[in-house]
Amino acid sequence: MKMTATFSRLRQRIIPRQQALYAGLAIVGLWLLVACLAPWVAPFDPIAQDVSSSLLSPSGAHPFGTDNFGRDVFSRVLWGARVDLQICILGVLFPFMLGTTLGALSGYSGGVVDTLVMRVIDIVLAFPFLVLMLAIIAILGPGLSSFYIAMAMVGWVSYARLVRAQVLILKQRDFILAARSLGYGHLRILFRHLLPNALTGAIVFSMSDCVLVLLNGASVSYLGLGVQPPTAEWGVMVAEGQSFITTAWWITTFPGIAIVLLAMGFSLLADGLGDKLGERV
Amino acid sequence: MAHSNWPLLEADNLSVTFPVSGGLWQAKKVVHAVNQVTIQIYPGETLGLVGESGSGKSTLGRALLQLERVATGEVRFEGLRITHGLTSDIARLRQQSAMIFQDPFASLNPRQTVGESIAEVLRVHQKVPRAQVAQRVAELLTLVGLRTQQASAKPSQLSGGQCQRAGIARALAIEPRLIVADECVAALDVSIQGQIVNLLMDLREKMGLAILFIAHDLAIVRRLCDRVAVMYLGRIVEEGPTEALFTRPLHPYTAALVSAIPEIDPDKPLPKNVLGGEPPSPIAVPPGCAFHPRCPYAQVQCRTGEPPLTRQIANHAYACVLNHEGDETVFPLIRGSIDEAQAC
Amino acid sequence: MSLLKVNHLTVTRGEDIALVDNVSLSLEAGEMLGLVGESGSGKTVTCRALMRLLPGAGLQITGGEVLLGGRDILSLSEGQMSAVRGREIGMIFQNPSSHLNPVMTIGEQIAESRRLHFGANRRQAREDALALLRQVGVPDPQNRLNNYPHEFSGGMRQRAMIAVALAPEPTLLIADEPTTALDVTVQMQILRLLGDLRAELGLAVIMITHDLGIVAQTCDRIAVMYGGRLCEVGDKREVLAEPLHPYTRGLIDCQPVSEGGQGRLTTIDGQPPVADHFPSGCRFHPRCGSADEACLDQPLLRYGRDSHSHAAACHHLLPTLIRREG
Repeated sequence: MKMTATFSRLRQRIIPRQQALYAGLAIVGLWLLVACLAPWVAPFDPIAQDVSSSLLSPSGAHPFGTDNFGRDVFSRVLWGARVDLQICILGVLFPFMLGTTLGALSGYSGGVVDTLVMRVIDIVLAFPFLVLMLAIIAILGPGLSSFYIAMAMVGWVSYARLVRAQVLILKQRDFILAARSLGYGHLRILFRHLLPNALTGAIVFSMSDCVLVLLNGASVSYLGLGVQPPTAEWGVMVAEGQSFITTAWWITTFPGIAIVLLAMGFSLLADGLGDKLGERV
Repeated sequence: MAHSNWPLLEADNLSVTFPVSGGLWQAKKVVHAVNQVTIQIYPGETLGLVGESGSGKSTLGRALLQLERVATGEVRFEGLRITHGLTSDIARLRQQSAMIFQDPFASLNPRQTVGESIAEVLRVHQKVPRAQVAQRVAELLTLVGLRTQQASAKPSQLSGGQCQRAGIARALAIEPRLIVADECVAALDVSIQGQIVNLLMDLREKMGLAILFIAHDLAIVRRLCDRVAVMYLGRIVEEGPTEALFTRPLHPYTAALVSAIPEIDPDKPLPKNVLGGEPPSPIAVPPGCAFHPRCPYAQVQCRTGEPPLTRQIANHAYACVLNHEGDETVFPLIRGSIDEAQAC
Repeated sequence: MSLLKVNHLTVTRGEDIALVDNVSLSLEAGEMLGLVGESGSGKTVTCRALMRLLPGAGLQITGGEVLLGGRDILSLSEGQMSAVRGREIGMIFQNPSSHLNPVMTIGEQIAESRRLHFGANRRQAREDALALLRQVGVPDPQNRLNNYPHEFSGGMRQRAMIAVALAPEPTLLIADEPTTALDVTVQMQILRLLGDLRAELGLAVIMITHDLGIVAQTCDRIAVMYGGRLCEVGDKREVLAEPLHPYTRGLIDCQPVSEGGQGRLTTIDGQPPVADHFPSGCRFHPRCGSADEACLDQPLLRYGRDSHSHAAACHHLLPTLIRREG
């Protein structure tokens, strides 16, 4: 969260409010495009090794240079976009769905259900985030699917708390009382009337969460528990390039810049969306 | 106003309580928002429910429609018990009653257009076949004085008066026999209030609606209602036909309320006997008659013991020890009348 | 010389939306002026402009002058204006809870004012606070001095706010809907109190309200605003007995008179205007029964025949004058 806050402050000084949304959309959109077109745009096969051309500095043929296995860094960055965007989107989607549902149910039911859910949230929050994630991945075995399961099991709490808080407030509003007086059933009230109005905060948070998930995914892969080599993923690339930082700086730097750029894009989106949705409410 | 002999909706010794946090070691305290209220609403009748802050009038309105948990007592709709009643009976209440609220914007789902809100009622209660939903929505909008094109507007795009009309259209979609209007004009401009009240009058005539009109503006209540009930700290202190209640109030509190209505008469100064004090918090209800700290006619018996019993003169009821029977006393009582009253 | 003279005050939002358009008012010492209007009338913005306390959001005073005791306070620096606020013009609001500091006792809030404006020492300031609480009718003032705002009931809080506003001894008090949120019996008490304070202190009051009944029973003069412009102004009796402007006439007719009768209420068709869509010309003409093409030109404030102080801004004043002559 600290990184997002720093981005936010920087952004507010450079880019005014309305532009943030469009800038964010543009950056993320660009990366989405890159991810889609990578198979056709990337000049080289990202996992093809060519030891004879290893550790070449950036040039015309290899704009980002090559790594120690002779793989083209540029192509790996482009292909890596596919993996990292997938990590961002799925790594946020599952916790979002699980968390908002549980939070809404908890807030709406009150009583025992609410207390139970809140205590579970407390337990999950008692553990350091990364420690819990790593423990789950260790049990399930390394790989991206384990990563998604771990994210869902740990990341849902923030969404649950946000949505629960909103539902608690909205429950008292007249239009919910009106729905009850009109004889609407609980499910209808919850999903048709409460949730659509309670999701604003969660949606804005999910944009900043993308940044965190991206960094988490990169960290986990860096530790060797996420994406497995030789798949190109920015975090893995940063890890692998670490030992060459003084001799072949390009191996770590370019994927690092890519991470920063994508993170900034989501951060701008978060701020812009926050302003936009905020004014509507 | 002619009506049948059986009440449409009635409450029998109804009490609604809310817990009050009294700290870890103190006994659990409750506040009686509604305290042993007995009241009836007849078909086609407009009953006004007035009171100041802490009177419990809004809570009573919601409890009557089973939107608040009832502590003791009973609510009956068309003679059938609703409190802890059968699901089918409660469903019947829901299908024949509707509520309109004070804040016109908050009473509509901000993410739904007005047309969708109304259509949802029609669909859930299967009022018309699917194909005719749009047409019925248009009919309802016209009925409340909105343009049919406004069906695609969201609440934020409409004015307060228009939103309130949309809320009324949604209530009418259910084809209710009873509408509970909870301070529904309080948040509107003066020039718009009249439009909504007139609309309610028209609908009442057209559809034979019973209306429970909860308000604090006595002047409007006087125009609209057939009978009025006055509440103070959770109890009904007076109830009777509108004109009788306003011209000859039998309870000192009602008299004070009526005299406090500001009038547009520059030559009339502020009333001399301004009622002192304020309605106390419902958490700390005074013993005996809850009104006694502010009552200019309070006697020894008013300060202790049980609250006064309800007396009845014809169809006009009041809960006070002052005995009005047989005399034409009008508030403010002169010294002689008080002595006479005490002697009775 | 009038205590307060507002000449052609204009407050705009953004480029061109005049929320307050060319408003002129005057107030003598000890006089009570009722400023009446519905939502969007600009009555609150006008009074905020008098105190130069406009909420941010792009609102600016773009024209006119405000003469307080002959001095144009719009031309003062911010520092000089701070001295005017409180000391010469005080303000009380609709919702006392949002305008009293929740973490300071009432006694401290009043005393702070006395120390700031009169340099009183702590003991003197506390005694002044006690006297003020007594003056506004708070029972048991000795103990109430140490209470926080949330420990007061609604009406008591309003009295406390009046005490805080009167602490710097202003000559003019602006009351922004002070009784709207109060129960009707408490409303009477507060109006009574304001009347008594006026008599005791010679205070001039601008009472902002939408309730003509309050104005009728407490004020000396009335000014009616609609859509940011002044519709009618004059002595209370003249305006209420013979309103010159159709909107004033409509407002008077709209108030449900407390005498009986079960007929329909009188209303004014349509709704109050929204700032972004002010009608051109006379801002009331879309809702006016006597509107015609002349009303597409903005009407100027003109005096009624019989009086030098009763004026209205309407093109159709003339027939009234002619009727009155004949």
